[in-house]
Amino acid sequence: MSEVLVLVEHAEGAVRTITGELLTAARRLGSPAAVVVGVPGTTDSLRADLTALGAEKIYAAESDDVGKYLVTPQVAALAAAAQGASPAAILLPNTVDGKDIGGRLAVRLGSGLIADAVDLDAEGVATQSIFGGSYTVQTKVTTPAPIVLLRQNAISAEPQAGAGEVTALEFSVDPATATTVTAVHVEPAGDRPELAGAQTVVSGGRGVGSAEQFAVVEDLADALGAAVGASRAAVDSGYYPQQFQVGQTGTTVSPQLYVALGISGAIQHRAGMQTSKTIVAVNKDPDAPIFEIADFGVVGDLFDVAPKLSEEVKARKA
Amino acid sequence: MDIAVLVKQVPDTYSERKLRDDGTLDRAAADAVIDEIDSRGVEIALQLTEQHGGEVTVVTMGPDRATETLRKALAMGAHQAVHVVDDGLAGSDALQTSAALAAALKTLTFDLVITGNEASDGKSGTVPAMLAERLGLPSVSSARAVSVDGSTLSAEKIVDGGYAEVTASLPAVLSVSEKIAEPRYPNFKGIMAAKKKPLTTLGIAELGLENTGGAAAPCQVVSSSPKPPREAGQKVTDDGTGGSQLAAFLAAERLI
Ligand SMILES: Cc1cc2nc3c(=O)[nH]c(=O)nc-3n(C[C@H](O)[C@H](O)[C@H](O)COP(=O)(O)OP(=O)(O)OC[C@H]3O[C@@H](n4cnc5c(N)ncnc54)[C@H](O)[C@@H]3O)c2cc1C
Repeated sequence: MSEVLVLVEHAEGAVRTITGELLTAARRLGSPAAVVVGVPGTTDSLRADLTALGAEKIYAAESDDVGKYLVTPQVAALAAAAQGASPAAILLPNTVDGKDIGGRLAVRLGSGLIADAVDLDAEGVATQSIFGGSYTVQTKVTTPAPIVLLRQNAISAEPQAGAGEVTALEFSVDPATATTVTAVHVEPAGDRPELAGAQTVVSGGRGVGSAEQFAVVEDLADALGAAVGASRAAVDSGYYPQQFQVGQTGTTVSPQLYVALGISGAIQHRAGMQTSKTIVAVNKDPDAPIFEIADFGVVGDLFDVAPKLSEEVKARKA
Repeated sequence: MDIAVLVKQVPDTYSERKLRDDGTLDRAAADAVIDEIDSRGVEIALQLTEQHGGEVTVVTMGPDRATETLRKALAMGAHQAVHVVDDGLAGSDALQTSAALAAALKTLTFDLVITGNEASDGKSGTVPAMLAERLGLPSVSSARAVSVDGSTLSAEKIVDGGYAEVTASLPAVLSVSEKIAEPRYPNFKGIMAAKKKPLTTLGIAELGLENTGGAAAPCQVVSSSPKPPREAGQKVTDDGTGGSQLAAFLAAERLI
């Protein structure tokens, strides 16, 4: 059976959830082969988890250069693995880095690329959900070694232990195309789930009124065990950081429950959340477009409704 | 420093966007505008050339009417424009688009190529990296701030959960995020001047492209279908019990 290469997303010695989803998709097409790109020793710390998630083979692409340079080490490692293995497909997460790695790799290998897939079948046909989920498109790549970028949280991981056999992989980075990373500023994720993969998202809009008052949104999110999101107007007004923006030009979310507080429901906001399973909204304006797509809407002041809801949720939990 | 900025004409995100039966974009269905992210790319290019000297060339690939987008960028202050246009390019996928744009860029001299991080219609976000690979250049994606010192580009780029500070040597490819800059509005003088600025068109033959167009695309659409729109559910007006009613709804749906 042909190998299907999966780029392993990892941080601080742990495998990220998208990796399990990618290995599950890989198993539909062939034999899952995880490619670990990291500093020496990384593969050792990830091996048990990758094996449990389904990796039959684990390529250890280790070098002190990883982390110093943006994406080019991953491109070089995946290209080296692909040249040896003639894989049935190469699967990457649909993240900022995943797109950069996939784009370069597609040119290097002459492979067609499908971005932002929400599903992938055994024939290699990928499903995409476009224009904010208003169309479903199925696409197939006609070249060898198709590259597919899979959206986080779109398919669920079904761990099934593999052999987890480790093979060292040699690769080198061309300094001419390298971009050097001089500092990374990442805020600790805290206890809240990651926005893109969260089961519940509570978002605040311009109606929240200030950065301080976003505490109301955070309180409800914490009561529900949810991630916090924000509209572009809330981000532009400085109420909440940009990485939490939901919508056309922000993160696309598709949780079980989406709570919109003080958000009008502009088409560009809807583009990032309208495939959520259940949508509820609180807005002062009875004609706000968000109500057109809400399963349950409350016309009212979010500063009255959201704290009440938080209390009730906490009471029900206790 | 000379900068090439890639711009794309897209269906206005404020209007309803549609696909044709063959899975390609129905460009007639919606108003066509310069993609907002690209107007930010033009803005930052203008700011960089205002600081360091040099000229801005805007480059687009698209049907005849995409010249409107080039004129818009010229009216903002770009110096000249290149339009990659050929019926044989219709239906190109990301890999083919990057090949055509790379070929067009090779006809220019530049120190920096600026693109949007992701078009609002295709949303693949992979063309900037493909271009960098084809041109053999370093790349920085999703920049929220950028500066140039001599032949070094420094940028803050968005990463999961925050941002990173990065440097690359010029020439390089830079894709910008929407936090990079607020685009200026063209004034009357700019609009008049844009009509006289040089605009070059390049086709498949001039660029020496092979395997162009939808039929030769490495990515083939198998099928496409519109999703039924969502329907509005229940709406209540808060009389003091809105929070409790919402909680009851969520409990009934087993969401809490
Ligand atoms: C190219 C492009 C890309 C874009 N991308 C995005 C994107 O990714 N994400 C995004 O969100 N937007 C995006 N937008 C912007 C979008 O068009 C809207 O401007 C934005 O979504 C509005 O945010 P909002 O709903 O928070 O603000 P507003 O539209 O100002 O709505 C605020 C709402 O709060 C309500 N309100 C006020 N006070 C209260 C209160 N006390 N209690 C209850 N309700 C209250 C008001 O009735 C109003 O409906 C994009 C626009 C463009 C052109």
